Amino acid sequence: MKKIEAIIKPFKLTEVKEALNRLGVQGMTVSEVKGFGRQRGHKEVYRGAEYQIDFVPKTRIEIVLEVSLVADAVKVIRETARTGEIGDGKIFISAIEDAIRIRTGESGRDAL
Amino acid sequence: MNTGDTSFVLVSAALVMLMTPGLALFYGGMVRGKNVLGTIMQSFIIIALISLEWILWGYSMAFGPDKFGIIGGLEWFGLMGVGLAPHPVYAPTVPHQVFMIYQCMFAVITPALISGAFAERMRFGPFLLFSLLWATFVYNPLAHWIWGDGGWLGRLGALDFAGGVAVHVSSGVAALAAAVILGKRKGYGTEEMRPHNLPMTLLGAGILWFGWFGFNAGSALSAGRLAGSAFVATHVAGCTAALAWIAMEWKLHGKATTLGAASGAVAGLATVTPAAGFVGPLSAALIGLMAGVGCYLGILAKNRFRYDDSLDVVGIHGVGGVIGLVAAGFFASTLVNPGGADGLLFGNPSQLAIQCVAVLTTIVYTFVITYILLKVVDKLFGLRVSEKDEIVGLDLSQHEETGYEF
Repeated sequence: MKKIEAIIKPFKLTEVKEALNRLGVQGMTVSEVKGFGRQRGHKEVYRGAEYQIDFVPKTRIEIVLEVSLVADAVKVIRETARTGEIGDGKIFISAIEDAIRIRTGESGRDAL
Repeated sequence: MNTGDTSFVLVSAALVMLMTPGLALFYGGMVRGKNVLGTIMQSFIIIALISLEWILWGYSMAFGPDKFGIIGGLEWFGLMGVGLAPHPVYAPTVPHQVFMIYQCMFAVITPALISGAFAERMRFGPFLLFSLLWATFVYNPLAHWIWGDGGWLGRLGALDFAGGVAVHVSSGVAALAAAVILGKRKGYGTEEMRPHNLPMTLLGAGILWFGWFGFNAGSALSAGRLAGSAFVATHVAGCTAALAWIAMEWKLHGKATTLGAASGAVAGLATVTPAAGFVGPLSAALIGLMAGVGCYLGILAKNRFRYDDSLDVVGIHGVGGVIGLVAAGFFASTLVNPGGADGLLFGNPSQLAIQCVAVLTTIVYTFVITYILLKVVDKLFGLRVSEKDEIVGLDLSQHEETGYEF
C-alpha cells in the first residue's frame, strides 16, 4: 500500500476527484492548507500599507491505494491538476504499513 | 410643538444610534480575528455607558445653563427640568427630551470613534474608565462651546452643523494622543496585521452611511428644507470621496480596493458633517473631493511619523474634521441656510478666520486633556494589556470568548 499526498490548486479539486473516481479510487481525504514553493506569494495592499503574503492557499488530497494503482493515479493527478503555470503543486508518495476499517476490523487491502 | 418635526428627530436619533454598532462592524472587520469581539465591544458597550452618563450629567454639562461660555451647569443633573415641553432655543418644535436623546447618540459615537486608535491592545476596564472621563471632560465642554446656549464658539459665530468640533476633530486628536501614549502594537511593522473580515467592514460602512442621514439631516431638527439640503450634501460628499479615494489608490498602487471605497465614503461623510447644513450640492462635491484626497494622504502620514493609529482615526476623522470645518468657512452660503453665515467664497472672509479659531482651540484643548486623562488612568490601572494577553488576543484575554469556531 502507498499513500499519495497531492498539493494542488484549490480550483482543480473537483476535476482531480472525478478523474480519480473514474480510475477506481474509492475514498480520499481533503484539507485546505497554506504554503509556498517556488511560486512564493503575492502582494496585498490595505490603506496604502503593502503586505507580502508568503503562504498561498492550496488543497491537499490524501489517498491510500494498492501499489498497482499508484502509477495510474499519479498520471491522472498530473494530467488533471496541471495548468502549466508555476504553482501547480507537488505529489508525494510514501509507504503505508497497514490500514484498518474501524467498523469491521478488516485490515490490509480489504480495508481500502 | 410639531408632530412632523418630532417624529423626524426621533427617527434620526434611532438612525444615529445604529451608527455605533455599524462602527463596531467597520472596526471589527479591520482587526485580526483574535481581537474581533474585543474591538466590537469597545463600540457596543459605549452605547450603554455613555447613554447613562448623558442622562446623569452629560446633557447638563453640554446643554445646561451656561457658565462663562465654557460649560453647562449641573442644574439639569439626572434630567431634572428636562421635560417634554420644547426648549425654546435648541429645538422649539420638538419635546426637550427628544432633543436630549438625539444629542445622546452623538455623545455615544464619539468615544467609540477613538477606540480605533488603540485597537487590539487596551485593557477593558481602563478603557471604560477612560471613555467615561473623556466624555465628561472633553466631549461635554466641546459640545457646550459649539452648540450649548451661550457657548463661546457658538457666540463667536463658528459654523458646525453636525459635529466637526465635538465629534470628528475631537475624536481624531484624542486618537493621536492615545496612539502616542499606548505605543505600537506588538509586532507592528514586522508581523502581518491584515484586516480579517473586510465584508464585515463594508457592511459596517454601509450602516454608517445610512445612519449619517440621521446625523446630518437630523441636525436640522425639523422636517423641512434644511433637512433636505443637508441630506443631499451628505450623500454627495460621501459618494465623491469614495470615488476620489479609490482614484488615489488606483494611481498610487495600481488597484482600487473595497477597503478604500469604504474608507473614502466614511471620510467624505465625516468631512461634510460640519458643513452639511450650510452648503449646496456642488460645494459638497468639492468637499468630498478634498476629503478623499486629504484623508488618504492623512493615512499615509502615520507611516511617515511612525505612530500606530491602528484603524486610522487621525487620518479619517481628524483630518476630515479639520477639512470640513475650514471648508464651511469657504463654502457656507446663506442662500442654502439663512440661519447660517456666508463663507469666503460668498464674500465673508472673516468666517474662515472664525472656523480656524474653532479648529485650533479644539485641537489644543482635546490633545492636552486627553493626554492627561490617559496618563492618569495609566498610572492608576495600566492602559495596556500584558504582552501575553496581546498575543492571545482581546477576545480571550479580556472577555473569555472567541469570535469564531472553525
